[in-house]
Amino acid sequence: MSSRWKEVTKGIISENPTYVQVLGMCPTLATTTSAENGLGMGLAATAVLIMSNVVISAIRKTVPEKVRIPIFITVIATLVTIVDLLMHAYIYDLWKTLGLFIPLITVNCIIMGRAEAYASKNGIVDSLLDGLGMGLGFTLSLTLLGSIRELLGNGTIFGIKVWGKAFNMFVMILPPGAFLTLGLLAALFATISIKKNEKAKKKANQQQAQKAGEQ
Amino acid sequence: MNFFMILLSAMLVNNYVFVRFLGICPFLGVSKKTSTAVGMGVAVTFVLVMSSALSWLLDLLLITLKLEFLRTIIFILVIATFVQFVEAFLKKTNRTLYEALGIYLPLITTNCIILGIALLNSTSKYSFLEAIFNALGAGLGFLLALIIFSGIRERLELYDVPKPFQNLPISMITASIMSLAFTGFQGMIK
Repeated sequence: MSSRWKEVTKGIISENPTYVQVLGMCPTLATTTSAENGLGMGLAATAVLIMSNVVISAIRKTVPEKVRIPIFITVIATLVTIVDLLMHAYIYDLWKTLGLFIPLITVNCIIMGRAEAYASKNGIVDSLLDGLGMGLGFTLSLTLLGSIRELLGNGTIFGIKVWGKAFNMFVMILPPGAFLTLGLLAALFATISIKKNEKAKKKANQQQAQKAGEQ
Repeated sequence: MNFFMILLSAMLVNNYVFVRFLGICPFLGVSKKTSTAVGMGVAVTFVLVMSSALSWLLDLLLITLKLEFLRTIIFILVIATFVQFVEAFLKKTNRTLYEALGIYLPLITTNCIILGIALLNSTSKYSFLEAIFNALGAGLGFLLALIIFSGIRERLELYDVPKPFQNLPISMITASIMSLAFTGFQGMIK
């Protein structure tokens, strides 16, 4: 059970698709003008990712090795079309803001990457959990990025007012703000992992020293 | 609309890399050296123009058959097939170019700028020539962005960047400043 749980959590922290694996950068940068858009994009991609992982894992034994990539792409494109039509029917406003980036989920490297690296080699349940974890990691990253940009650019988070107009930096909602926020967040994540490594090293050194002392 | 304006708009004013965020993955992935960046840019431009032309013609067929919802699937298959075809063709006819492009050729399939432009051409209802010029402008804009960015990254290699900022973060901040420069073109063409 604990190993199954790990399939989900690895995508959120240790193998986070955005900050650690640096996959799916185009929608990450383009759709995070607000927290809501980031969340919407993340959830749409998660839905496609879970379904594609399940389908590809189910057909992995019947697909010939040589033509697997075109088949995977067709499966993913079909699922994306389904999500696109569903969003058009039920959440029209979000569909309109995300626009081109919904059909472009097809060429999102996270989805193809997970299909190739995980779903084509593992069972259905594991693939489903992997898709869920990676999708959640992607959604959380996008929501975080969207919240920061919305807060700095518009003074709100999810449309709730945090501070007045005097603090707004409009550039954060424009394209340069996307690159800047992502760069600074990636640096923050790198700092955390460097600190963690240093701590682990120190601990290892101390243990060694203790052992040497005992001897 | 004037063809020249479409070209200029796609290349500079609405540069697809910096303003519309298409093709960021290869932009970050192959911009470490100027020579590979140029190869990638040229290959992408070529595939962009050809696949835009092909998908424009297929889109006409889809519209007459009232099968517009199949656009995404058809376009991605066209692009994947076309990239394979270009690869095989270059391998037989122009060995030097084929070897220069190497791994970057198959990777073009998953470059979202290609599918993005094909879809944009059909949603903004461009005529055939307008679609070609839009694709050409997008490709040249991508090439321009790659050349500038790889030049800066080659220089950055020589500097002592703080540890947490190495690789991705510093590239992102560089891209941010470049994108700021490109927003300066905004408002030139409506």
